[in-house]
Amino acid sequence: MSECRKIAVFGGVYNNHLALTAALEDARRRGADTAFCLGDMGAFGPHPDRTISILREHDVQCIQGNYDNSIGNELPDCQCGYTDPRDNHFARISYAYTLANTSLTNREWLRQLPAQRRVRLGKYRVFMCHGSPRRTNEFLWESTTSTHFLEHLCRNYDADVILATHTGIKWHRPLADGRQFVNVGVLGRPENDGRTNVWYALLSAESDFQVEFVPVAYDHERLAAQMRSENLPGEFVATILSGWWTTCLEVLPAKERRRGRY
Amino acid sequence: MRLPIVPLAHLDDLWFQVTGTLCNLACTHCFIRCTPHNRSFGFLDLGTIRRSLDESVPLGVKEYYFTGGEPFLHPDMPAILELTLRYGPATVLTNGTLFNDEILRRLRAAEDASPYSLEIRVSIDGYRRTENDAVRGHGTFDRILCGIRQLVEREFMPIITVTKTDDNQGDADLFDGFVRLMRENGYTRPRVKILPTLRIGAEAERRRGYGTEERVSMEMLEGFDQGTLLCNHARIVSDRGVHVCPILIEASDSRLGATLAEAEQPFALTHQACFTCYQYGTICSNPTSQSHDV
Ligand SMILES: [Fe+2]
Repeated sequence: MSECRKIAVFGGVYNNHLALTAALEDARRRGADTAFCLGDMGAFGPHPDRTISILREHDVQCIQGNYDNSIGNELPDCQCGYTDPRDNHFARISYAYTLANTSLTNREWLRQLPAQRRVRLGKYRVFMCHGSPRRTNEFLWESTTSTHFLEHLCRNYDADVILATHTGIKWHRPLADGRQFVNVGVLGRPENDGRTNVWYALLSAESDFQVEFVPVAYDHERLAAQMRSENLPGEFVATILSGWWTTCLEVLPAKERRRGRY
Repeated sequence: MRLPIVPLAHLDDLWFQVTGTLCNLACTHCFIRCTPHNRSFGFLDLGTIRRSLDESVPLGVKEYYFTGGEPFLHPDMPAILELTLRYGPATVLTNGTLFNDEILRRLRAAEDASPYSLEIRVSIDGYRRTENDAVRGHGTFDRILCGIRQLVEREFMPIITVTKTDDNQGDADLFDGFVRLMRENGYTRPRVKILPTLRIGAEAERRRGYGTEERVSMEMLEGFDQGTLLCNHARIVSDRGVHVCPILIEASDSRLGATLAEAEQPFALTHQACFTCYQYGTICSNPTSQSHDV
């Protein structure tokens, strides 16, 4: 198991190669020794191969999200589990686009990614996964996940810290006996708060466990222009430019949904 | 014959049959025939609920659900939800006809004080008055819409839960019809969940019961993602004990024990209603909690 001092962790790049580059530069500047990506490289944004080559060039330690599993194995859908016809319509568009524009080599790379990773951060045993330790596409939202459920996961998976993503909104909850759960958020799209920046998490444990959520500003107007020229839906572009989610809203719980505009 | 047996993977969802089989309405598709006079299951008191909540903590339960009957017939329903929201997220399934200012004020305050969501699922079974009232009773369409408007005024975003009572109606038509109806009633960002009927209880007489071939076999479970079945990750507390799921409480084999720990044993899918759950999957859970195998 690799030992780390200070790590940068993010998820959900969703083809946002500009935010990915900005986050990696920021993390290096802040002294992170390793960068981890918790999966979902594709969807939503433009030019999937650009994101994957940046991840590979910078030797980002990746795990496989539901999207990566789908693209890697050329499955019929992204396994997000939408039932709302409007959400499904948009999910199909971004999936077809990402699948068509991911090279064969990169699909193979996505297919072989591990579903989980364990590292040691100071005295903490850190377990990294995409949705939850037990299920790649399980949503762990702040407002629908009890504290004792998270403690149960830590016990079951012999972890002091569990890191996940998949929902698109970051949160942190300290648990009993100094254990921690962190949803590290996503780099791919803003988190439905009317701001255009995205987020990653910086974790350290020199003495006690510390998590800092770092906002990442990037050239979102340039990304929007690229999305337009790739004929991606105007609804996706609107999210990048406004910071409000316009699609995939059905999976949001009441509290998270209420904070958004749509 | 070997039975299709489903083990409890983990107790994620703990349900409460909080008002037993008592309901102020008598819907013709009710799978447990709840009516204003059906007292075959009784109310759960606050003490019983607190004991189950306490027992659920070391078991690592993720979410709590309340159903009936009609939960808001319970005089302590606000107190029950206030208590539950200290443990975890809470969802209540209601017909939306019994709200008043005092109840809604307390529910709003309880959710605001909690890190967890309070989800309110309101049942309505047609986006036209005649369709709904034929199933849920005369005058209920207007009363339900009134309840939804009250919820929206208090900044709730109820999940409009629609049972598909007409096989010929398409999901997209139903969905669009309800979105339109909700917007007309001031609910600008409606959340809609469409459910199949369960052909047991009153529904077996309203339309039809299950055909003999409609059951889950051993072979059907092979390679099947059992995570879509409620019995794989849920149990429900009634005044008689702990049962396998909210749909089967009337079946004699559904009671698995007196405590949550006793009710962790596996369950054999011998009931025909299990076929609907198998076909459609996660019919009882919220959209936010759905996940399937990858
Ligand atoms: Fe995901």
